[in-house]
Amino acid sequence: MADSGIGARALRKEDHRFLTGQGHYTDDINVHGQLYAYFLRSPHAHAAIRKVDTGAASKSTGVVAVFTGADVAADKIGGLICGWTVTDRHGKPHKAPPHPILAHEKVRYVGDHVAVVIADTLTNAKDAAEKIEVDYDVLPAVVDVAKAMDAKAPQLHADTPQNLCYDWLLGDPAQVDAALAKSHHVAKLDLVNNRLIPNAMEPRAAIGEYDGGTDSYTCHSTSQNPHVLRLILCAFILGIPEHRVRVIAPDVGGGFGSKIFCYAEEVVCLWAAKKVRRPVKWTAERSESFLSDAHGRDHVTHVELGMDKDGKFTAMKVETLAAMGAYLSTFATCVPTYLYATLLAGQYTTPIISANVKAVFTNTAPVDAYRGAGRPEATYVVERIVEVAAREMKMDPAEIRRRNFVKPDQFPYQTPVALQYDSGNYAKALDDAMKLADYAGFASRKAEAAKRGKHRGIGFSAYIEACGIAPSAVVGSLGAGVGLWESAQIRFNPTGTAQVLTGSHSHGQGHETTLAQVVGDMLGLPIENITVVHGDTSQVPFGMGTYGSRSLAVGGSAAAKAADKIIAKGKKIAAHLLEASVDDITYAKGTFRVAGTDKTKSIGEIAFAAYVPHNYPKDLEPGLDETAFYDPANFTYPAGVHICEVEIDPDTGVTKIVNWAAVDDFGKVVNPMVVEGQVHGGIAQGIGQGLLEGCVYDKETGQLLTGSFMDYCMPRADDLPSFKVGMIETPCPHNPLGVKGCGEAGAIAAPPALVNAVTDALGIRHMEMPLTSERVWRTIHKMAAE
Amino acid sequence: MAGTHVKTTINGDSVEYVCEADETLLDVLRNRLALTGAKEGCGTGDCGACSVTVDGRLVCSCLVLGVEAEGRNVATIEGLAQGEHLHPLQRKFLEHAALQCGICTPGFLVAAKALLEKNPDPSEHEIRFWLAGNLCRCTGYDKIVRAVQDAAAEMRGGRHAA
Repeated sequence: MADSGIGARALRKEDHRFLTGQGHYTDDINVHGQLYAYFLRSPHAHAAIRKVDTGAASKSTGVVAVFTGADVAADKIGGLICGWTVTDRHGKPHKAPPHPILAHEKVRYVGDHVAVVIADTLTNAKDAAEKIEVDYDVLPAVVDVAKAMDAKAPQLHADTPQNLCYDWLLGDPAQVDAALAKSHHVAKLDLVNNRLIPNAMEPRAAIGEYDGGTDSYTCHSTSQNPHVLRLILCAFILGIPEHRVRVIAPDVGGGFGSKIFCYAEEVVCLWAAKKVRRPVKWTAERSESFLSDAHGRDHVTHVELGMDKDGKFTAMKVETLAAMGAYLSTFATCVPTYLYATLLAGQYTTPIISANVKAVFTNTAPVDAYRGAGRPEATYVVERIVEVAAREMKMDPAEIRRRNFVKPDQFPYQTPVALQYDSGNYAKALDDAMKLADYAGFASRKAEAAKRGKHRGIGFSAYIEACGIAPSAVVGSLGAGVGLWESAQIRFNPTGTAQVLTGSHSHGQGHETTLAQVVGDMLGLPIENITVVHGDTSQVPFGMGTYGSRSLAVGGSAAAKAADKIIAKGKKIAAHLLEASVDDITYAKGTFRVAGTDKTKSIGEIAFAAYVPHNYPKDLEPGLDETAFYDPANFTYPAGVHICEVEIDPDTGVTKIVNWAAVDDFGKVVNPMVVEGQVHGGIAQGIGQGLLEGCVYDKETGQLLTGSFMDYCMPRADDLPSFKVGMIETPCPHNPLGVKGCGEAGAIAAPPALVNAVTDALGIRHMEMPLTSERVWRTIHKMAAE
Repeated sequence: MAGTHVKTTINGDSVEYVCEADETLLDVLRNRLALTGAKEGCGTGDCGACSVTVDGRLVCSCLVLGVEAEGRNVATIEGLAQGEHLHPLQRKFLEHAALQCGICTPGFLVAAKALLEKNPDPSEHEIRFWLAGNLCRCTGYDKIVRAVQDAAAEMRGGRHAA
């Protein structure tokens, strides 16, 4: 038990199949009689469609059908939806222009779906797509978020003047302005949060099937939340009954947010499967992933931070332009509002904060949640302006942070931006991180590097995030179209093993291990005797899926509640078998005992009795199978401090990360090895954003210039350092496991730590991400020339 | 189209198949031979998810034609374990949790095995550069590097010769 319960570095149960090439991802699945879908995509960023001629394509070899936006409209198929309504500063809902699954009358970004060819082979489908003649009237495009509201910018949608989706406000800017005016010093900064392309290593894929005999559908999809996908497919788009649709998200090769959303391709596969009465399969090519997966970030922000003469923060004002892309993706609207502005207090006691966010449409791929979703953008704003403030106030960057931290005795702490932080110890994380980074020795390392002609710098990032999204009533009041609880079912078998069915979905996070650890710990079972089932709407209870570091905090808590129910029922059975009162039965580690005696029953014996109830309590139902739904009382608030140390070669502009120290507080840790992996991966993505990655569209034509791995620079093994990861543990006070969530922390913390380090090394105020060697080299040479 | 008949060896077994002239080795493995361990992550040789060896040489199977396997010796992830006995690399990946979603893992294992055959005692630097042809979006590579180092040490010790 000790080696597989809560807190153990248990080996991952899911790994054997992946290590031996036996994982079952969507593209590994082939259905008898399947056809292949290929999407003809728009080559233009903005154009009116005058005519689509599919005549030649329809007659092409192997083609079964060709569909266009006109067919979609004729079948009255609904458009893709945005499931979160943001109310603007005037009390009006955001603009929600139609988002057809195949473009109708107009295309609005390069990669927009124009037509689909269904054929017997993928090659035949592609050949036929080349024969589709589309007559476009090319229109001017706007791709730059900063220019989307310009008077001269082309308008993407009817009824969206200035391409404005919403103009949203949190806090009172006039009050903040007054406080800034009275401040000893105001630090100001303009910054860009660069647009990113998620690039899960498994491209999106879908297989749609229709069974005419039962009038039912099956959709295999690379989804992070199969039940939510089913709900959207049925209730909002296809208008088919939910009980006749099964969505299966089998092994999924990474998501990072990009597989939360309902995309046109899976809808088309399911719709087309009924029309052609054959299964229809689609797998994205990597270039399609670049073009059509929902992108992340893409903010332009102005921030001002006021402080008194001691560096205590007095007020903060934030103005942000956020790109939505050409259409609203499933949860696009909440990312730069409720997941962003509510985190602008950071770890600090800044008394008043205002944030104005204008979300705009641009002729680019839709933008939605990507690892961290709003919280990396908030942390970047906060931790960059704090760094600028420290330098302008000539204060140590650690000291200015420490002076402004929310203190341990201030929890629960109500921020001026709506959230109530539940627990934390920010100074302890800072102290531990400074030791781990050997901050005391930095000055001598910098001097030594200077002797070698290299620039050394160090950067801090004290981040906080709101995870475990979260109380349904709260998110509902903020505009969410869904509840955000989670479900779990524990099915005990007569032989004493168990299945745990979870509504969360694992696509790399290790749920098959960690949820087994939670349940195994509570029910006294080794994890080998537990199977975790997820990702199939016909097997598991309705669940909300996995995103926002919520699976353990919400889904794990649901599993714990289900285990509590198992134990409660087990006590009744044990009381009967042991001829004692239920109140006298104690339970610990899989054993029921009559208190103070040696009369016991193991949970295995109880399970057997439940299924073979020959000697059984009269009024109790047989079976040992319990379901629980858990709706948390609050978000959870993981926090920590990351310190990055870099060395820059001025001859090449190459930034080498020579040290990365992270100390995180995730509350109770179920499996430290899994958590370390999540932290590492998050940091890698954050370093990617800071150093290497940046989505670039041609500013005139809207062509995607970074549309392949040769053009979009993903972090590789030789780009990254080893990470020093430490943890502190202040348990979450409001969920049964005391857990907070760890999936996004690294991606949130890393970019400002890196940019703070590089600007420190170069002695400059700011530099926009990604800090590529070219950009750094040019900066160094420009400085030398001045 | 008339296909081409190919006779080859895959993971030690004699295999025959008929494939089209433009069909990649990856497509043949996945679609004709049901060896789906190798994955297509990009189709352009940039991500390494489709790594296999051909006559011992590490290649991206998305850049090799199916017909080019004629008379060769192809090794894929499916041949790495000996029955129920995991290769030391597989075992060390498991022990270090050097994988998360698992989609890139077969490629990393095949690439790491090819490295250790050339260089049984690689430095961290050498491991990172060798594996730079394989993209992983989940792990940040740290645990992968540790797992390869650990497996190399064990294999040098001769306890579990591959």
